[in-house]
Amino acid sequence: MRAGVRTYWKLVVSGFRQESHYRLAAFAGLVANVTFGFLKAAILFATVRASGGHLAGYDVGSMSAYVWLSQGMLGMVNLSGTHELGERIRSGDVAVDFARPVDIQGSYLARFVGARVFTLLPRGLPSVVVGALTIGMTMPATAQPYLLGGVSIVLGIASSFGCVYVIHVLGFWLVETRGLQLLYMVVSGFFAGLFVPLPLFPSWLHDAAYATPFPSVMMTPINVLSGQLTGLAAWHSVLVQVAWLAGVLLLGRVLTSAGLRKLEVQGG
Amino acid sequence: MADPASALLAPYKAVLASRIRAQRSYRASFALDLGSSLLVGLVELAEVWILFHNVTVLGGMSFPSIALVFGLADMAFALADLACGHCDRLPTYVRAGTLDVFYLRPQPLLAQLVASDISLRRLARCPVGAAALGYGLVAADVQWSPATIALLAVTFLSGCAIFSALFICAAGLQFFLINGAEMTNAFVYGGRYAATQPARVWSGALKVVFGMVFPVVFAGYLPVLRVVDLPSPHPFPEWAGWAAPLAAVWAWLFAIACWRCGVRHYQGAGG
Amino acid sequence: MTIIETERLTRQFVRRSRGLRRSPGRSRSLLTAVDDVTLRIEPGESVGYIGANGAGKSTTIKMLTGILVPTSGRVRTCGLDPVRQRRLLASRVGVVFGQRSQLWWDLPVRESFEILAAIHRLPARAGAMRQDELVEQLEMGAFLETPVRQLSLGQRMRAEVAAALLHSPELVILDEPTIGLDLLSKQRLREFLVAERGRHGTTLLLTTHDMGDIARLCERVLVIDHGRLAYDGSLAGLSRTVGAQRVLVVDLTESLPDLNDIPDTRHLGSEGNGLRQRLAFDAEQTTAARVLSAVSKRAEVRDLSVEEPDIEDVVRRIYSAHR
Repeated sequence: MRAGVRTYWKLVVSGFRQESHYRLAAFAGLVANVTFGFLKAAILFATVRASGGHLAGYDVGSMSAYVWLSQGMLGMVNLSGTHELGERIRSGDVAVDFARPVDIQGSYLARFVGARVFTLLPRGLPSVVVGALTIGMTMPATAQPYLLGGVSIVLGIASSFGCVYVIHVLGFWLVETRGLQLLYMVVSGFFAGLFVPLPLFPSWLHDAAYATPFPSVMMTPINVLSGQLTGLAAWHSVLVQVAWLAGVLLLGRVLTSAGLRKLEVQGG
Repeated sequence: MADPASALLAPYKAVLASRIRAQRSYRASFALDLGSSLLVGLVELAEVWILFHNVTVLGGMSFPSIALVFGLADMAFALADLACGHCDRLPTYVRAGTLDVFYLRPQPLLAQLVASDISLRRLARCPVGAAALGYGLVAADVQWSPATIALLAVTFLSGCAIFSALFICAAGLQFFLINGAEMTNAFVYGGRYAATQPARVWSGALKVVFGMVFPVVFAGYLPVLRVVDLPSPHPFPEWAGWAAPLAAVWAWLFAIACWRCGVRHYQGAGG
Repeated sequence: MTIIETERLTRQFVRRSRGLRRSPGRSRSLLTAVDDVTLRIEPGESVGYIGANGAGKSTTIKMLTGILVPTSGRVRTCGLDPVRQRRLLASRVGVVFGQRSQLWWDLPVRESFEILAAIHRLPARAGAMRQDELVEQLEMGAFLETPVRQLSLGQRMRAEVAAALLHSPELVILDEPTIGLDLLSKQRLREFLVAERGRHGTTLLLTTHDMGDIARLCERVLVIDHGRLAYDGSLAGLSRTVGAQRVLVVDLTESLPDLNDIPDTRHLGSEGNGLRQRLAFDAEQTTAARVLSAVSKRAEVRDLSVEEPDIEDVVRRIYSAHR
């Protein structure tokens, strides 16, 4: 590693600062998040009530927690698949990134985490507050779920970056990564449990979802934070997140060095 | 150029024809785009289906009835998105100066914006909606009569108009929200999501927003209640099921008002 | 009929400056981009519109074409109200924005022209003839089938000019048409505009940072500074007003002492022991050729160049003359 922890911390802070300039955008995102939140809450509460008040481990209070935590996390994780790296690879500007004395994947990751943690302030927390005040939600009363949940959220943010990075790094070989990005957008949201929580999935689809890294991006942090998963089960799913994160980052790393070799051989 | 109508439309046809040629010339990426669009439709349908995997009746509706709602609304949205989906990327047009270029051409600005692009890949969503609609018509308890067929046809056309109006509305508001364009997603994509739900489950506020201001409830749910003969939830009267054209007229009046305000703001009239 | 007519034309913008401090009532300052501008341009004139960046050139053009509504004052373009009668006006004006394209980047140049012909409802035969004329005059035959995104800057600018002229407008507004072009492309474009004006009597209004554009294309110059019209008259008169001088730079084969005594010039400086000397002269009083021949009598001239006065500099001088 060519750069120390301090360098990466500075990148995290710079991402955080940069994001803080887009206030109208953050507010716009909040309005959209909250609107979707009310629609999701309406249909999911009706589903819980239609099955007699208890469904797949949810009651109305915990379903509300799912709805508003998922809306709050929407601004933090990358489920759209867009990232500036794709354009930089297409235009050849990526050569500049390679020339810098910091690791390309590490520096993008640090800035991404910084920027996305910022959205917690104008988008994430307000979404949850709106939901809590208007509908109410059941949240854990002890500290541990919040601490472990915080870790889990950061792991989710990083995992979503790791996946998106892999997609765009494939741009070294593919002419057009937009199709892949669209594919990611559709599949990741569905399997991350964006519109319907994964416990409601039929078992075969549930298993299919957990064969991908996407539950680690959103469903796991929500489950840990809301106390849906506790004790050993919570620790276990956080470990699974760590494993997925390591996996996608490693894949991205291997592809990066292969891409760099290709760049050096062909001169861009 | 035989009749005046075709002469009137010739400028728009020339632009749109070139857009279609351009999209089809990148065959591989166009095929992938079609595939992704189809998958979007499938996932959206799956999200409805999963709920019915857990319960049999939701908001007073069975799965076949909700499939009717989904099919009507989703097809209408897909076609509106095909024709007008690019309108809610207005900030891109402003930043690239494309909008200023529209000012230099002798057609109305809104007509130029609508005719400036077309997303053929959205066509791939139609089969999903059509399949849901077909399944619903066979499996649900449909009261067949000539009036039912007329209702479905009128609803579908009005639905296309309603969703198109939402895109125009978004474009008008984005003149004010150049850096916050995402806000309009609340009623454009939120409207699509709302239109596929049984509105009986909504709170009062949602009924006002998606039943009156952005009247997507008329694009599927209310008409389907008439088709399968179920009672309308408060505050919608039974005849509201037939009122999709009225909702479409309202949506367009609202959209054009938004567009006018937006353009006035852009030109800087009235501060 | 007067082609462009403005009376006390004014445009203000509200600028909200958002500070970090939360003062009650965010500071809103009023910026006057165009300030009380009255001018008339008659058919067939060729007018240069110059000023520093942010002086109000683009704002004026936007008001002339109906993109912006004036805050106060009156504007008529081709006898029409640009905002209310925008669509009528659009068929009589052609605009080239140096920074924004009228063409479709993914289509060949020819197809862009065909769409524009349909947009302006040109009759098939007349449209084709006009296109052929422009293709020939602007030498675009070689890249007519090339997609716009693959064109060089010079080629693209020629295509943009053709696109703006396709419907034979009586007024052509060019916003920085030569920015970024190499010398040859600039030269070609200027020659074309001179010829086009000769053939069709087109009125030209162009903004530019290049004095060469003004010298070769315009007989009248408008200078705008901080939104106000600071000068309206001939280019020669402008030079007189501000004493804008051209500079002849000569490279000599042998070292000479400073050339202080060449008639009608002012010695600005020497480099390399007098091997290169810079002489300022006023185009009203003498010519570059006369200065050159006077220098040649002292020593052999190996190389030379003529520096045009810098527009920013001219504007600065006008501004200080005004105060």
